[in-house]
Amino acid sequence: MTIEDIEKEIIDEFDLFGEDWEAKYEHLIDLGKSLPLINPEYKTEENIIKGCQSRVWLFSELINDKMIYTADADAIITKGMVAVLIRVLSNQKPEDIIKAKLEFIDVIGLKEHLSPTRANGLVSMITKMKTDALAFIK
Amino acid sequence: MIDQNNIREQFPILNQKVNGYNLIYFDNGATSQKPISVIERISDYYKHSNSNIHRGVHSLSRHATDLFEKSRHTIASYFNINNPQQFIFTGGTTDSINMVAQGLAKNYFKPGDEIILSTYEHHSNILPWQLWAQENGGKLKIIPLNNDQTLDYNSLPNLITKKTKLIAVTHVSNTLGLISDIEKIKTEATKHNIPVLVDGAQSAPHMAIDLKKLDVDFFVCSAHKMYGPTGIGLLYLSEKWLNHLALSKTGGGIIKSVSFEKTEYVEGALKFEPGTPHIAGAVAFGEAINFINRISIEKIFEIENELVQYAQEKLNELPEIMMYGKNTHKAGVISFNVKNQHPFDVGTLLDKYGIAVRTGHHCTQPLMQHLNIQGTVRISFAVYNTKNEIDFFIEKLKKVITMLS
Repeated sequence: MTIEDIEKEIIDEFDLFGEDWEAKYEHLIDLGKSLPLINPEYKTEENIIKGCQSRVWLFSELINDKMIYTADADAIITKGMVAVLIRVLSNQKPEDIIKAKLEFIDVIGLKEHLSPTRANGLVSMITKMKTDALAFIK
Repeated sequence: MIDQNNIREQFPILNQKVNGYNLIYFDNGATSQKPISVIERISDYYKHSNSNIHRGVHSLSRHATDLFEKSRHTIASYFNINNPQQFIFTGGTTDSINMVAQGLAKNYFKPGDEIILSTYEHHSNILPWQLWAQENGGKLKIIPLNNDQTLDYNSLPNLITKKTKLIAVTHVSNTLGLISDIEKIKTEATKHNIPVLVDGAQSAPHMAIDLKKLDVDFFVCSAHKMYGPTGIGLLYLSEKWLNHLALSKTGGGIIKSVSFEKTEYVEGALKFEPGTPHIAGAVAFGEAINFINRISIEKIFEIENELVQYAQEKLNELPEIMMYGKNTHKAGVISFNVKNQHPFDVGTLLDKYGIAVRTGHHCTQPLMQHLNIQGTVRISFAVYNTKNEIDFFIEKLKKVITMLS
């Protein structure tokens, strides 16, 4: 599936909850619990994403020309957001990742987490995922 | 009898919905809201009185100067000090502490000197001293905590050496709300002739402070946590330091005469206020003190203390809650965590219910390291908060706990 396809799938999934933000966040928390966990050996100080009130560890690697991301976070809502991002961007080509607009974040009602004052680092996470992808483009 | 509705009506910002719920503002430790009298004072100042102070011969300048100095008087009498010149208007607590640190560095500290701080300190009462210590081979010594998270005053005699040149402590922990016993610290300091700086950022908004009685060398606080505007605060100097503290910044408006060789400075507070100060802010700060005086700071303490007691009681009923600083001697602040949950998650979900709390390390990372935690959820009260708000908060906190588990 392309990045856009997965974004569409997530939008449909969140659409089911309509305006019920509690259900939406409960779903996000469930997604957090399903996050593909980072190998503990990569859960290092240097893999921590700065600018997060909760700690997020992200590990990126290139396997068969596709980016594979694994991560962990100590706050569950943050973990949910990381899980959504990984679902969209992991297993995709670096060229496609750096071009991704990720408009679905706004559509599913998580836009508030993009505000720099939230200090949860959703923006830092996206930046880190894209920079890591960029590093693998020859 | 104080009518809580009457108080709330004076704060227009409280009358709004956040995420579809009535705003509940429990982040007063970060900054308090402003009553209409303070807001209008700022606007009136610019509408009717704005002019530069202390130099103009024209009537408007005299009028602005009068308002500015009247505010200094109001503040001085609020803190029970006869000489208003001992109160310098600064940019806020951080600015005030930096002014003291830079001033003392010029003509008082010697390389290798020691400064005593407490485990409670906010970063703003650590970093200026740490910077000086790093540059001058100095040393910071830290008053440890007892098991109940109160300060271990018995450690003081062991911390003090011949090189101790200052004790700088917070009056109230911004994270735990616990009140430091300044008298005990002062007694020990006096024995060795060591000056004391008190960071009053979190005490001045909540409790009566008599600086004559407290008799410390430096006292600092910010207007914006005391119903006043942002960008203005105080540096109180004892008579001795008013004459001895070296200037850390200089410029226009504070001189008697200037030649390229030599400058003669004015005396008193003005010497420390170069350039055009935040006049509207200073005037509105006085108005904030008037607001406090109309209720009385003793009454405010009583109202807030009742809220603290009530909230602690309710939080204690929840088995999932870990409370820090379980001590009754608190000023307006409660810190807690939900067991096994990150404070960020708790704060994010409470916000969805329109409840503003603070989460994180609260700029007290050394205290967090001592408690061995990443952060806490902090609720902090002001005079306009109510038990109904606490009830709603507890109801939603229970819901949040269910959502997260």
